[in-house]
Amino acid sequence: MRVSRLWTDARARGLVFQVLLLLGLAFVIAVIVVNTTENLQRAGLASGYGFLFDTAAFDINQRLIEYDSTSSYGRAFVVGGLNTILVAVLGIIAATGIGFIAGVLRLSNNYLISRIVAVYVEFTRNVPLLLQIIFWWIIMLTLPRVRDSISIGETVFLNNRGIRIPSPVFENGSSIIFLAIAAGLIGTIIVARWARARQDATGQRFPVGWVGLTVVVGLPLAVYFLLGRPIGLEAPVRGTFNLKGGGNVTPELTALWLALSTYTGAFISEIVRAGILSVSKGQTEAAGALGFRPGLTMRLITLPQALRVIIPPLTSQYLNLTKNSSLAVAIGYQDLVSIGDTILNQSGQALEVISIYMIVYLSLSLITSAFMNWYNARIALVER
Amino acid sequence: MRLKILAHAAVVTGMLVMVGTAPSQSATLDDVRAAGELKCGINTGLAGFAHTDDQGNWTGFDVAYCRALAAAVLGDSSKIKFVHLTGKTRFPALQSGEIDVLSRNTTWTLSRDVDLGFTFIGVNYYDGQGFIGRKSLGVMSAKELSGASICIQTGTTTELNLADFARTNNIDYEPVPIETNAEARAAYEAERCDVYTTDASGLAATKATFEDADQHMVYPEIVSKEPLGPLVRQGDDQWADIARWVLNALIIAEELGVTQANVEEMAAGKTDNPEVNRMLGTEGSYGEMLGLDARWAVQAIAAEGNYAEIFDRYIGPDTKLGLGRGLNALYKDGGILYAPPFR
Amino acid sequence: MSDERAFYRSQAEMLPPRPAPAATVGVVGWMRANLFSSYLNIALTLMSAGLLWVAVPPFLDWALFGADFSGATGADCTGDGACWAWLDQRIEQFLYGFYPAESYWRVNLAVILLVPALAYLLFDNLPYARYGRFFSVAYPVIAAVLLVGGFGLESVTTDKFGGFMLNLVAGLAGIVLSLPIGILLALGRRSRLPVVRILCVVFIEIFRGVPLITLLFVAIVILQLFLPPEVSLDQLIRVMIMITLFASAYMAEVIRGGLQAISQGQYEASQAMGLGYWQMMRLVVLPQALKISIPGIVNTFIGLFKDTTLVIIIGLFDILGQARLLQTNPEWIGEVDHETFLLAAVFFFVICFSMSRYSINLEKSLDTGRQ
Repeated sequence: MRVSRLWTDARARGLVFQVLLLLGLAFVIAVIVVNTTENLQRAGLASGYGFLFDTAAFDINQRLIEYDSTSSYGRAFVVGGLNTILVAVLGIIAATGIGFIAGVLRLSNNYLISRIVAVYVEFTRNVPLLLQIIFWWIIMLTLPRVRDSISIGETVFLNNRGIRIPSPVFENGSSIIFLAIAAGLIGTIIVARWARARQDATGQRFPVGWVGLTVVVGLPLAVYFLLGRPIGLEAPVRGTFNLKGGGNVTPELTALWLALSTYTGAFISEIVRAGILSVSKGQTEAAGALGFRPGLTMRLITLPQALRVIIPPLTSQYLNLTKNSSLAVAIGYQDLVSIGDTILNQSGQALEVISIYMIVYLSLSLITSAFMNWYNARIALVER
Repeated sequence: MRLKILAHAAVVTGMLVMVGTAPSQSATLDDVRAAGELKCGINTGLAGFAHTDDQGNWTGFDVAYCRALAAAVLGDSSKIKFVHLTGKTRFPALQSGEIDVLSRNTTWTLSRDVDLGFTFIGVNYYDGQGFIGRKSLGVMSAKELSGASICIQTGTTTELNLADFARTNNIDYEPVPIETNAEARAAYEAERCDVYTTDASGLAATKATFEDADQHMVYPEIVSKEPLGPLVRQGDDQWADIARWVLNALIIAEELGVTQANVEEMAAGKTDNPEVNRMLGTEGSYGEMLGLDARWAVQAIAAEGNYAEIFDRYIGPDTKLGLGRGLNALYKDGGILYAPPFR
Repeated sequence: MSDERAFYRSQAEMLPPRPAPAATVGVVGWMRANLFSSYLNIALTLMSAGLLWVAVPPFLDWALFGADFSGATGADCTGDGACWAWLDQRIEQFLYGFYPAESYWRVNLAVILLVPALAYLLFDNLPYARYGRFFSVAYPVIAAVLLVGGFGLESVTTDKFGGFMLNLVAGLAGIVLSLPIGILLALGRRSRLPVVRILCVVFIEIFRGVPLITLLFVAIVILQLFLPPEVSLDQLIRVMIMITLFASAYMAEVIRGGLQAISQGQYEASQAMGLGYWQMMRLVVLPQALKISIPGIVNTFIGLFKDTTLVIIIGLFDILGQARLLQTNPEWIGEVDHETFLLAAVFFFVICFSMSRYSINLEKSLDTGRQ
C-alpha cells in the first residue's frame, strides 16, 4: 500500500480529511473543556444543575402553573418556558391572520388600502423589532389608569395594567362539560367524513359547518344547564389599588404580542403576496369564466395553490417569531430568558442557565419545524 | 499506516492540550501595571452614580472610586478602561477576569461574597430598599400595600427583598419587573404600578426628578440593608488590600480634612498630624507594604477629592439627586462611615 | 330600422374617437376605479381615511409643530410637543459613541470609502474596474485600520465604539466576515463526505435555532470562560465573533439556495473539462451562485443590521444604548424617552428601506438577466 494514495485517491483523501477534521474538532472541544474547568476552579465556582432545586425566592407575575417565591429555580424555569410558548403561540396565530389579510389587501385594487398596507409593511420590516416592542409598551402605558378603567358591564376592564376578564370557577361536574365538548368535536369529524364521502359519491352537499357548530356548542350548553351550571364566572371587582379577581392579561404580554405579530405579520404578508402572484393568471380567469365570484376564487382557487409556495418560508417566520419572543426581556414580560436572567444573576450559574436557553429554543424550533413539515406534506398531497 | 498516523495525531493533540492549558497565576496588580490601565466595571447608566457628560466622559459616584484606584496604582486617574455592565453581566465579567474591580452599586451579601467567589472590599454607600408611592393612594406604610402593583428592577436583590417582605407581612401583590431605572420611572409615572421599590438613594433621586414631587411620598419602611461597595475577585489578597485601602484612604481623608485642593500641599512636607503623614507617605512605608509607591494615597485623593467631596459633587444635596449624607456621614457626625486607622 | 342602416353605412375615413365617459377619466374616474368601486371598497376607503386623520396630524403636531428645539437641559423643554433640544449637544454621541472627537473624520472617511467599495463589487460597468475590485477586497482592512488605528493613526480601542457607528460596524463586519464562512458551510452541507456534512448541518441548525440574544449572552458571559486566562478579548470583539457565527449560519442557507439553482449541467460540464472540485467551485459554480444570492445576502444584512440593536441588552452603547444613556442623565431624565427612540427608528428606517428597495430592483434585473 502506497502512502501517496492518501492524497491522490479521492476516497482515501476524503477519509483522511474527515479524520483530521474530527481530530481538530476534538482538540478544540478539549481545549474549551479544560480551559473552562480551570477557569471555574480558579474562580472557585461550582458547576452542575443541582441549583435547579434551590429556592428561587422571587415572584413572577404571570404564571400558568402554580408558583410562589418558595418554589425552586427549576419550577421558575418551567413557568418562564410556558410564558414563552404562550406568547409564541398567540403571536403565530395573530401574525398568520395579519399576514394573510395584509397580503391580500396589498393586492387590492383600492389605491388607499394598498398604499396604507404597503406603508405598514415597509415601516415594520425596516425598523428594529426591539424599538417596536418598546413602542407598543409605551402605547399600553397610555391607556386609562386603573381608576378610570374602561369597563364593559363591570365584568371586563381595560386599563394600563392590562385587560381584566372574568375567570372560570370549576365546580363538581365541570369535567363532564369538557367531555361533551370532546364528544361534539368527534361527532362533527365523523359527520364531516360521511358528508364528504356522500358528496363525492352523489354530488349532494350537506351543511357540515352549521351542524358541527350546533353540536359543538349546543351539546356542552345543554349539559351545562342540565347539570345546574357547574362552571361559574368570577368577575373582577374594584379593590383598593387594583381590580381584584378574574384573570389579567398584562400590558407586557399585550405589547409583546402586538409587536411580534405585526412585525412577523409584515413579513408573512410579503410571502403571501408572492405566493398569490405565483399562481398563474389563467387560474383566476378560468374561475371567473366558470362564474366564481372574486372572494370564492381567492378562497377555493388561488389560496390553496398559493399555500404550496407559502408554507416553507412561513415555517421560518414562525421560528423567527418564537426566537424573537426572547426580546421580552426589554419590557419585563417574564419569559424564559427574562426569568433565566434573574436566576443567572441570583445563582451565578451562567454556563448552566445559558445551556438551558439553548436546549429549550432548539427543541421549540425542532417541534415547530416538524409540525410545519407534516402540514406541508399534507397539503402537498392535495396536489393532483 | 492509517493507524500510525492516527496515533501520531493523538499524541500531538494531547501535547497541544497540555501546552494550551499550562496553569498561570499572575497577580492582578502586575497585570494592571503591565496593561498600563485599570479595567473597571461600572453601571451602564445610573443618574449620579455613573453617567456621561456632554463630552461623553464617564462621571459619577461609583466612577470616582475607579479613578482614585487607578490614580493610586498607576499614578494617572485617566488610565482606566471602563467596562459597562448590566445587573446580569457584572458578575461573570469579574469572575472571568475581564475587569479588575467592580464598582457598580452592588450589594454585599453572603452568597456573593462566598459562593460567587468575590471579596467585597468595603462599603462606599449604605443604602436600604424603600418604596415610593403617590400620596393620593392614602397609604402611610408599605405594610398596607396588599393588592398593589409594585414596580421592581429585575436582576437585583430588590426582587428578593420584596418577595421576602411580602411573605413576612402577608402581602399579596403584582410584581411588575422592569429592566432599567428609566423604564421603571416611566411605568410608575404612567401608574402602571402603584408603588416603585428600589434603593432609597434611587427613590430620592427619582422623586427629585418628578415635576410634582410633593405629590409622592417615600414610605418609612426600609425593608433591607443594602451595603453597596466595590468588589474584587477572591484569591488575590494583595489586590483586595489595595482596593480596600484606597477606599479607606478616601474616607480617612475626609476625617482628617485632606482635600483635593490641599493634598499636594500637605504631602509636601511633614504635618503636625502623624496619621496624615502616614497616609500621605511622608512617614513610614505603608505604600511599600501594599506594593505601591509612597505617594499612592496622595494620587488617589488628588484624583477626585476625599469621600465628602465626591459625595457632594455627584449625589449630594446641591446636585439634582439631592441626597443627604444620612447613614453615610462619618461616625463622628452621626453616620456609620468608619474606616480603620492608618497605623 | 334606421339604426341598422347606419351601422352598415360605408365611410371613407375613421370616425374620430369619442372621449371616454366623464366618470372613468380624470380625478373622478381614478377615484371611482381605485377608491369607490364597490361597497366593500367604499367602506375600506372611509376607514383608511379616518385612520389617517386620527393618526397623522396629532403625530406631526407632537413631533414637529409643537416641539422644542433649543435649550441646554430637559427643563428648557416646556411645550406640549417633543423635546429635541438635546440633539445639538448629543447628536455626535448618537452617531459616534465615545470615539474621540478629533478622529471623527476617520469614521466618516471609512463610511465614504464604503460607497466605491460596494459599487465595484455590485456593478460591472464602472471605469477602472480592475483596480476597483482590488479596492473592494482591500476595503475591510482599510476600514479596520481607519477605525482602530495603526500605520501612524492613533489607536482607538473598540470599547470607544458606540452610537450608530457601532451598529454599522457590527452589521457590516458581521456580513463581510460571515460571507467566506457561509460559503464554506454551504459547500460543506452539500458535501459527499458524511462527517463534513453532518458537522455543517449541526452548526447551521444550532446557530439558526437559538435567538441571537442567547448568543450575545454567550459572548458576554461565557466566551471568556472558554479562553485561557491570558487571552482577554474586548466585549465588542466577542460580540462580533458571535454575530459573525450567527450570520454565517444564515448566509450558508442563502448561498445553499444559490447553489441549488445552478443546473447540474454546469457541474458536469466543468468536470468534463477536467476541473477539480475547488477549481470547479471557484471558476464556474460560485460566481453564478453568489450572483443569484445577492438579494438574499442584502436581506440577511438588513436583518442582521436591525438585530445589532440587541447589544443594548448586554450593556453596549449602540444608538439605542446612547438613547437610554441620555434618558438616565439627570439633566434630561423624563423628557426625552420617546424622542431618542424615534430618532433611532428614523435612522434605521432610512437605511434599511433604501437597501430593501435596492435588493428588490436587483432581484428584478437579475431575473431578466437569466431569461
